[in-house]
Amino acid sequence: MRRHERTDMNAIKLILRNALRHRLRTALTVTGLLVAVLAYGLLQTVVGAWYAGAASSSNARLVMRNAVSLAFTLPISYENRIRGVEGVSRVAHSNWFGGIYQEPKNFFPQFAVSDNYLSLYPEFILPEEQRAAYMRDRKGALIGRQLADQYGFKVGDALPLRGTIYPGTWEFVVRGIFDAGDETRVTRLMLFHWDYLNETLVRSAPNRANQVGVYVIGVENPDNTAVVSLAADGVFSNSLAETLTETEQAFQLGFVAMSNQIIAAIRIVSYVVILIIMAVMANTMAMSARERTSEYATLKALGFGPGFVALLIFGESLAICVIGGGLGLLATPPAAAVFKTVSGGIFPVFVVSGETALLQAACALAVGVLAAIVPALRASRVRVVDGLRAIA
Amino acid sequence: MDAPQLKAGQAGRGTADILVSLRHIFKSYRRGGQVLQVLSDISFDIARGEFLALMGPSGSGKSTLLNLIAGIDKPDAGQMLVEGTDTVLLGEAQLADWRAGHVGFIFQFYNLMPVLTAFENIELPLTLTNLTRRERREHVETALELVGLSDRMTHYPSELSGGQQQRVAIARAFITDPALIVADEPTGDLDRQSAGDILALMRSLAGDMGKTIIMVTHDRKAAESADAIMHLEKGELSEKEQLR
Repeated sequence: MRRHERTDMNAIKLILRNALRHRLRTALTVTGLLVAVLAYGLLQTVVGAWYAGAASSSNARLVMRNAVSLAFTLPISYENRIRGVEGVSRVAHSNWFGGIYQEPKNFFPQFAVSDNYLSLYPEFILPEEQRAAYMRDRKGALIGRQLADQYGFKVGDALPLRGTIYPGTWEFVVRGIFDAGDETRVTRLMLFHWDYLNETLVRSAPNRANQVGVYVIGVENPDNTAVVSLAADGVFSNSLAETLTETEQAFQLGFVAMSNQIIAAIRIVSYVVILIIMAVMANTMAMSARERTSEYATLKALGFGPGFVALLIFGESLAICVIGGGLGLLATPPAAAVFKTVSGGIFPVFVVSGETALLQAACALAVGVLAAIVPALRASRVRVVDGLRAIA
Repeated sequence: MDAPQLKAGQAGRGTADILVSLRHIFKSYRRGGQVLQVLSDISFDIARGEFLALMGPSGSGKSTLLNLIAGIDKPDAGQMLVEGTDTVLLGEAQLADWRAGHVGFIFQFYNLMPVLTAFENIELPLTLTNLTRRERREHVETALELVGLSDRMTHYPSELSGGQQQRVAIARAFITDPALIVADEPTGDLDRQSAGDILALMRSLAGDMGKTIIMVTHDRKAAESADAIMHLEKGELSEKEQLR
């Protein structure tokens, strides 16, 4: 075994024993790190959940809406003209329903959709017999898995909604429950026949009938979305209802943008948490290093170099951060599961991403390194004679 | 250890028996804008195997002189040959390597690593050598036996008395077989009985093992354990008072 390997072993022994020297102090620092890394992970996951809809949206699908605002609809007659635009493969339409299930707090998205709607969303997996049952039933509804799990909906269940945008009580029957290809995709939604909505409106509010909230457009070549968007909007320029067509992702990001300041605040808070624990950690390491000045001087007197002393301090700081950060990392997924449950389904997708876990680990390591820089520099630079005079 | 080697004989003043040779050493400190001259033109030799006590009132510069000889401080001017090496010419890293191989330290407050056992404390300087683990173990066990602490090897410093801790420190000082051992008030924190044991141990290091020991002390009785006593007062050194 070479000399530097033995001194490394010595360093590891000293680092671990020094880290456990003041057990209460170390335990409190580790707890602080655990909480900070956990809080950082949860806050980053909240930000991720905010973007979940946009993140799982497709760039190969276009969404066309009224150019004035989403509050304004488009005529159903546009559909055939959109189909005629070069590069368009499929067109479906949907209306935001905005109904209440039992109580206003039970909010979930409901869309009245054309019968070909799911053909544009191959990522939603629906058993064929359920699809057929849905198509047969005018009042049939399809429920996403996350929504079904939240309220315990089963196929065959009656699902009454109280309309807000479209007044009255609307009766539905769950005919199918669809899953998504991966857990990051939002399936906390309900789909039902647009024809059911429209036929009812024809009778009760004819001036609101034959109107569409958005058109969902499939394109033949995903690389041509910009060209197809422009062409589609060009068809309806100078009409009574001019259109704005964008990719589904851009459309979803438009919603997220409404909350940009909140998201920015959450992001800032997540980094402030890390800064705070960095200050706490730096203080802990400074205290420890100051208390051990005479020990470091003794080591230097015995022939150990300043690098060895710096290594002891960096090592101790990193050891504490690895333990605290590691515990924080381990605690994040179960804490996220609890958070998702208690948040009442605000975030249908609340999964700690690999990127978040990596950021948590990087933050913990950064805290360990940065907190040790000043104490390590001081301890390695202290003159032996001055260090030996130091009183802890 | 790449220290520039300069043999004592080459310096023109030393002989083969001289281990430490100081010539015209000056040392001052700055305190509150004032220059405080601690050592003025100090020159003397210490023979190999000699046990020298340095006495003097507080602030006389005896610890400073000890630190200079041990290579943990540098003089403002002068030449300092220790075992043929002019330590004034060495850089910090070279000096650290040189100390590891040539100097053993005994401190007033023992300066043991509280998180290491007696065995591990004594072994610490050996990790800077090329000895194998087994060789290190043998060396440490022998050292523990010499200082009478074989049964305490797994004890931490907090589990040992002051005298026992100082014996561990002494074992740590001679474990690498340095030619020179420096001791700063080694009995200053001990009761009379323990102090007597420690001084006897140091005597045997000089007498039986041929170590050169320089001990700083306030205590005349402790100093009388040495072969010779030198007094330092106001930065100037008295003639050597030969006891043995």
